[in-house]
Amino acid sequence: MKQEPIIRCRKLSLWYSKTQALKDITIDFYPNSVNALIGPSGCGKSTFIKTLNRLNDLISEVRTEGEVFYRNTEIRDPGLDVTDLRKEIGMVFQKPNPFPMSIYDNIAYGPRTHGIRNRSELDDIVENALKSAALWDETSDRLRKSAMGLSGGQQQRLCIARAIAVQPQVLLMDEPTSALDPISTAKIEELLSVLKEKFTIIIVTHNMQQAMRSSDTTSFFLLGELVESGNTEQVFSHPHDKRTEDYITGRFG
Amino acid sequence: MNRRQAAGICSRILVLASATIVIAILAFIICEVVGRGAGSLTWQLISTTPSYLNGTIGILPDIANTIYLLLFSLVLALPIGVISAIYLTEYAHPGKIESCIEFAIETLSGIPSIIYGLVGMLVFCQLFNFKTSLAAGACTLAIMNIPTVIRTVQESLKTVPQSYREGALALGSGKGHTIWTVVLPNAIDGIMSGCILSAGRVTSESAALLFTAGFAHSLVPLSEALSSPGASLSVALYVYAKEQGEFGVAFAIAIMLLIITFLINLAAMMIAKAKKKQI
Repeated sequence: MKQEPIIRCRKLSLWYSKTQALKDITIDFYPNSVNALIGPSGCGKSTFIKTLNRLNDLISEVRTEGEVFYRNTEIRDPGLDVTDLRKEIGMVFQKPNPFPMSIYDNIAYGPRTHGIRNRSELDDIVENALKSAALWDETSDRLRKSAMGLSGGQQQRLCIARAIAVQPQVLLMDEPTSALDPISTAKIEELLSVLKEKFTIIIVTHNMQQAMRSSDTTSFFLLGELVESGNTEQVFSHPHDKRTEDYITGRFG
Repeated sequence: MNRRQAAGICSRILVLASATIVIAILAFIICEVVGRGAGSLTWQLISTTPSYLNGTIGILPDIANTIYLLLFSLVLALPIGVISAIYLTEYAHPGKIESCIEFAIETLSGIPSIIYGLVGMLVFCQLFNFKTSLAAGACTLAIMNIPTVIRTVQESLKTVPQSYREGALALGSGKGHTIWTVVLPNAIDGIMSGCILSAGRVTSESAALLFTAGFAHSLVPLSEALSSPGASLSVALYVYAKEQGEFGVAFAIAIMLLIITFLINLAAMMIAKAKKKQI
């Protein structure tokens, strides 16, 4: 698969006021793949993916250097319309965060935000998004009920459906299963392999097995540096770097 | 009996004693007010306007004025207060200017109301040429209430989880749209309690109105209310007691005010309860 990368990152560095959180990250992500980011807590994985949809803008005193391209758009461009960018690059958070409104309104929130008002069009979007997130069978008879009544795993799939409803190209996931039970986790992992047919997925995980089971490429972060990145099978079976080997065999982290 | 047991009994007695005192004071005030005012609280009193020809007293105009003041001052104070609170919590970066504003709000809410009245008279009645009118009174009350509204709305904006904001922004929603669709609907209880606190202050306020809204007891329709002077219930109480020696009427008004205060507190409690149930 010699495609153009959908996200191209060159020598990206990031500082929170004086502390450097990312050091010279150079990495490419290709369309229709699942890319796992692994590494110990505080190594910059979440910071890195929040750079991709500019959610780091919420924090004051963040400074970046380097280049990050989504297709031909420079993500770091201060003049960039971030709402357009976030429409292309969706995100699912660590803790399920449905809005306290009905299941239907949660899914329709994104499309409505981007100007879709037509009732039947919204109905279709909601149905398709819920089906894509494997939640339709469980919720089709209670779309008007509050999303807060769903279980944790259902809430997280709702958040995935909500992100999909905007029809992004890339889906960022920040430890999406760390707050869930094993069965809900398995459902979401299974979902990943289906979702990658339509989207490029970048997933932060603390779970080695999860990275091994469900990703195509794996990147190992340590103290703000990208230590190693490559085909998942290769990274786990023949890591090039000693530090990667130590981490995946559980010697630290 | 050892020392710890003695301390326990002592503190228990103290707690009981203070609780008894509080309840006794409330009971005494209610009994006193009702005892002295009940005789004068007739349907004729609350449904007519005062007449010098017949020598009768009616507080209908004062009730109407109180409602007008409530309406006008809330219409002014709520939007300004809510928008300021949104600015301070959602937009302002922590720094010198922000802490200056916070300090100003803190100070404003501690200023005695008679000073608001004095400044209100100079600014609204004279400088803006509102004369002595309900408009001047409502503006003064609005300014008095803005700090309270800002505080309560700010508190409630802070309780809206950050994850809601992140979730909406990550879907490509703009900042203003996020606040309007996700943040404000979840802060509605704070806006309601700001509303209720202000309503309580408006009905009970007299000092700030003496100079600005005047003492008139004539009944005016809503359309002319802004430009006419008029006494609210609290001001009327003062006037009847102090200047006409009609203590029966004053206590009858006091009963009305107690009932209003009770209703306002009840509403506040019910909103708090409804919010708790939701969570």
